[in-house]
Amino acid sequence: MISLAYRDLRHSWKRFVFTGVGLGLLIGVTLTMAGVYRGMVDDAQALLDNSGADLWVVQKDTQGPYAESSSLRDDLVHTVRGMPGVAAAANITYFTMQVRRGTQDTRAMVVGVDRQGPGGPTHLVAGRHIDRSHYEAVADIKTGFAQGDRVRIRRHEFTVVGLTRRAVSSGGDPMVFVPLKDAQEAQFLKDNEAILSDRRRLEANPVFNRPGQPGLLDAVKNLQTSSRNVNAVLVRAAPGFDHDAVAAELRRWKHVSVFTRAQMHDILVAKLIANSAKQIGMFLAILAVVSAAIVAFIIYTMTMGKLREIAVLKLIGTRDRTIAGMILQQALGLGLIGFVVGKLAATLWAPAFPKFVLLLTQDAVAGLVVTLGICVLASTLAIRVALKVDPGEAIG
Amino acid sequence: MNSSAPEQGILIEGLRKVYGSGDTAVTALRDVNMHVRPGEVVGLVGPSGSGKSTLLKCLGAIIEPTAGRMTLGGRVIYDGRWAVPDLRALRRDQIGFVFQAPYLIPFLDVTDNVALLPMLSGLPNAQARTRALELLQALDVAHRASAQPAQLSGGEQQRVSIARALANRPPVILADEPTAPLDSERALAVVRILNQMAQQAQTAIIVVTHDEKIIPTFKRIYHIRDGQTVEEVGEGRPVT
Repeated sequence: MISLAYRDLRHSWKRFVFTGVGLGLLIGVTLTMAGVYRGMVDDAQALLDNSGADLWVVQKDTQGPYAESSSLRDDLVHTVRGMPGVAAAANITYFTMQVRRGTQDTRAMVVGVDRQGPGGPTHLVAGRHIDRSHYEAVADIKTGFAQGDRVRIRRHEFTVVGLTRRAVSSGGDPMVFVPLKDAQEAQFLKDNEAILSDRRRLEANPVFNRPGQPGLLDAVKNLQTSSRNVNAVLVRAAPGFDHDAVAAELRRWKHVSVFTRAQMHDILVAKLIANSAKQIGMFLAILAVVSAAIVAFIIYTMTMGKLREIAVLKLIGTRDRTIAGMILQQALGLGLIGFVVGKLAATLWAPAFPKFVLLLTQDAVAGLVVTLGICVLASTLAIRVALKVDPGEAIG
Repeated sequence: MNSSAPEQGILIEGLRKVYGSGDTAVTALRDVNMHVRPGEVVGLVGPSGSGKSTLLKCLGAIIEPTAGRMTLGGRVIYDGRWAVPDLRALRRDQIGFVFQAPYLIPFLDVTDNVALLPMLSGLPNAQARTRALELLQALDVAHRASAQPAQLSGGEQQRVSIARALANRPPVILADEPTAPLDSERALAVVRILNQMAQQAQTAIIVVTHDEKIIPTFKRIYHIRDGQTVEEVGEGRPVT
């Protein structure tokens, strides 16, 4: 038996292809939306993986350093290193800013890293790691910076000595790694005018400027201009130690909040990007409904245009299942064309997106199944109409 | 007429069709009696609203009569109620249809338009196409076998539709105004073909028509008025 659906498709292939391309672009947008969500989750995972930490020690009662601000004194790291089960610990600072290169600036997350512990770039695609104590930087390749570029972070200029890849914040901003001290200055140090103003205010205050105690005023001035804070201490647990147990011990003795990798993943994925995920989920639901409506409308219109032929087919004895099969196969064919075009379009335009779009095979397979499911559902209306056609209409 | 022994060809006895019921009931066919022998082509003529289409739909197993008896190809298909379980299979295997317009399937080529019916009946594709080509050859349109219907002239399309009606070698063909859109020459050609096919395959053919050009060619004509048939001897003018 010949395939009536295929013959009809071949006969009016231009209409099918154009309709399929239109539907495909819609499916492409749907796949891309799913890819944007996957990219956000992957960014969060990359942030955790690149930190190299098993535990995050942050300010008590906060969910820092990524979801909330957190501030700790930088000497806490020494006592953390002495705790049982801690193999390595390092201070770290994170702040997002516009990093200038020449006359242009790029949004980036500046990460202050202690070269002695976790938190730094895990691998380089060009150049070297930070060797000097000051004014060197390693940048993610997505910043657009090149090795040897001079970039400005607040008051100081840094030389890009190395490039890394997939080092991004949970928001997808590329990272620029700088020495911890420089980052602390950039993040916590006030500008010169503010420092001078504070000094004048202190000097005018008799409580601090006592004639009998000349060292007091200098001590207070030093305290105000110091930048001894960090956002978190990253901890690598010693082999064989239970991470939850080490975290519990740190919480008990140091009056800090400590998160394990699983907890931090939960904060990043379930809390930080929860609203974005819901937003994307809404878009996906709307796009699915719109796609279903479009397929249903197209298949219905195509069937209405063939009512006379369907009446003839029924009159000459074609079975209902053959007619229903023809409409169903056409709907599925349209869905397949749409899916192929959509997948191709999403693959082509995904790299052009400013943030990471991760197109997973499993999402594509799910998309194909949903598309075909929608096509089956959408074709039911047209099939109902076709099966109700009176074969007598062919006679008149 | 003997109603106890099944007749070959078409035998209609006391056929009645009433649409609706009660005060709104409309009697479309009152007491229709017809007999078309195998190999015979008879005309069925009558004014609009006389019941021609209703009779054709009853014979084509599209609508159910109210009473009477119908025998097609020696098989009783209706005797107060349908006597066959699958009316669609009956239409596919026992009845050929030729319509006023050819109504070919636009997305199938000429061969497959004709071969579709045997394929639907379960004949392998190759054999169905061979049979279709033989019919197209007999109807002198084999040279357009691979053309699309839209590429054919009106006369060629009608010949293809006749080939389609003959494809399953049915004992009965019902033709509804098959010459209406054609000029005299082509209309007479269609009648000639129907006569040839009727004689070659011993098919009983009823041609519903208004066409004054072809009415004189029938040897027997049934007039239908107010739902009743009257048989008349036709001129039987030979078609050249």
